[in-house]
Amino acid sequence: MSGLIADIGVRIDDFALDVAVSVDVGETVALLGPNGAGKSTTVRSLTGAIALERGRIELAGRELDAPTTPTFVPPHERRIGVAFQDALLFPHLDVAGNVAFGLERRRRGEADMWLERVGLAGFGSRRVSELSGGEARRVAIARALASDPHLLILDEPFAGLDAGARVELRRLLASQLPDLELPILFITHDAAEARTLADHLVVLESGKVTQRGAPSDVQRRPTSRYIADLLGTNLLTGSADAGVVRLDTEDIRDVEGGALELTIADRTVAGPVRLTFAPHAVSLHGSQPGGSPRNVWQARVGDLHDLVGLVRVHLDAPVPIVVDVTPGAIADLAIQPGSTVWVAVKATAFDVVSGS
Amino acid sequence: MTRPVQRNRQRPPGILLTLGLVGVLFFALPFVGLLRRVPWSNLVDVVSSEVVVDALVLSLVSSTMAALVCVVLGVPLAWLLARIDFPGRNVVRALVTLPMVLPPVVGGAALLFAFGRRGTFGGPIFDATTFVLPFSFWGVVVANVFVAMPFLIVTVEGALRGLDQRYEDAAASLGVSPLGVFWRVTLPMIGPSLGAGLVLAWARSLGEFGATVTFAGNLQGRTQTLPLAVFVELQRDRDSAVAISLLMVVVSLIVLVALRDRWWRR
Repeated sequence: MSGLIADIGVRIDDFALDVAVSVDVGETVALLGPNGAGKSTTVRSLTGAIALERGRIELAGRELDAPTTPTFVPPHERRIGVAFQDALLFPHLDVAGNVAFGLERRRRGEADMWLERVGLAGFGSRRVSELSGGEARRVAIARALASDPHLLILDEPFAGLDAGARVELRRLLASQLPDLELPILFITHDAAEARTLADHLVVLESGKVTQRGAPSDVQRRPTSRYIADLLGTNLLTGSADAGVVRLDTEDIRDVEGGALELTIADRTVAGPVRLTFAPHAVSLHGSQPGGSPRNVWQARVGDLHDLVGLVRVHLDAPVPIVVDVTPGAIADLAIQPGSTVWVAVKATAFDVVSGS
Repeated sequence: MTRPVQRNRQRPPGILLTLGLVGVLFFALPFVGLLRRVPWSNLVDVVSSEVVVDALVLSLVSSTMAALVCVVLGVPLAWLLARIDFPGRNVVRALVTLPMVLPPVVGGAALLFAFGRRGTFGGPIFDATTFVLPFSFWGVVVANVFVAMPFLIVTVEGALRGLDQRYEDAAASLGVSPLGVFWRVTLPMIGPSLGAGLVLAWARSLGEFGATVTFAGNLQGRTQTLPLAVFVELQRDRDSAVAISLLMVVVSLIVLVALRDRWWRR
């Protein structure tokens, strides 16, 4: 059995969606993007709620939608299981009734087996309204899997869950997803979730794919400021010459107020470059740091954001970057929104990629 | 969650309270008047007379059948109006709800001109089969359906529009055909509204007068329903009319109370 091969082209009013995504059997692909990027439209195109205007959808070797042939398989014959964002459990049925909904003769025994797999053994005769948010999501996943789909779509499975339920569901998915011999498409706006669960990321922005690749590659080399922000890393663009990069924005000021040039380790690269550097590769100082040749500039603190054991500092001027420091450093340097700090980045901290 | 403290509850504004109480009296006083005129001493004799029993049976059977016909035809019609965007949908919606505002006697006359023995459609039907719809039991049912179905359609269409269609999408993604989704998801989820529409249609049928008397006549044992019997008896024997009225109040109350827990609450 082969997986999903989709090339989706649809237009709804002023919004044009153009996304190609393939998912192999046993692979989890995350479709990552902000609200309004076209994630829901992608799901609706796959499930057959919307017909393609251009492109082709093939699943398990079967053509589902192709305007040119013109094949259009109706939603109920597509065998695409969806665990919907709001679970959408049928309120007039109990838990087992929901899971068995798509089963032939609605065998409750089989429903119980699926409930056990999602860690909800014994929940069969509960009312849907008695479930917590996390339990409802898991029932929705069991229901989608029980219908023996050829593709599983997890549509924002963590949205709206509290931290505990989120961790529990992530653990369940991390343990179960690899065992499912299915292509899995994971729809999310949360980069951290995408990174932990997916083998491959497809980043969608304004209806277009802006980057795709393994999570580690995308993380190390984001192609846009948006993706860098999404993944919690820093991206600056500029033009390199003999180990010196003049930034495109040209508004990083050095101590004397001139345009700052960043020093990179690689002296051979020339022309347009993207510099990526991790939030923990940046150090903050209360006064101008001296010593080794480093990239140093003065920055204004925008916002602080609590991470586990660390604080993420958003510097909004002269260029927006994020820096992870310890809570102790926050206190020592008296960092607060609006205060000024010195920033230092080693030349070796930059990951340099040619191209604009 | 704790309940808000009782003393925080505000007193309702005086004008709303007064007008609301006047509204209650408006409904209560007519029943007081009716109850005062009930011939309690010979009530059993009057109510068990042949005229009343015939009318009661006819009313219950015809209004129940009419309510069922309303469901069978009205639910699919409401579904089409709610879900299918066809040209002239608003015209169709206006047409099928017209009997709600039309005087029933006009509806009865229209039915007569269409399905009467010499009517536009009734004539050819009579020539072919010698079947005559008006002035028969089925004429009563047809008149009831004509005036009652709009109530069911309006109620069910509203419920269908209020239903989150993503539930139906979810059901389809589980491999269930559109008709299966309708049976197994759409209908159960609009169940309370369907029940309310059914009760409304039944109640409207039970009280139907104008269309019935125009289209089906007033033949005791065949087409004389309780409301028609009340009207006839009012001119002949006032005690009997009051007794039949009381009977209708009791039957209506029984139905309302029996269904209250199922459909009005939640």
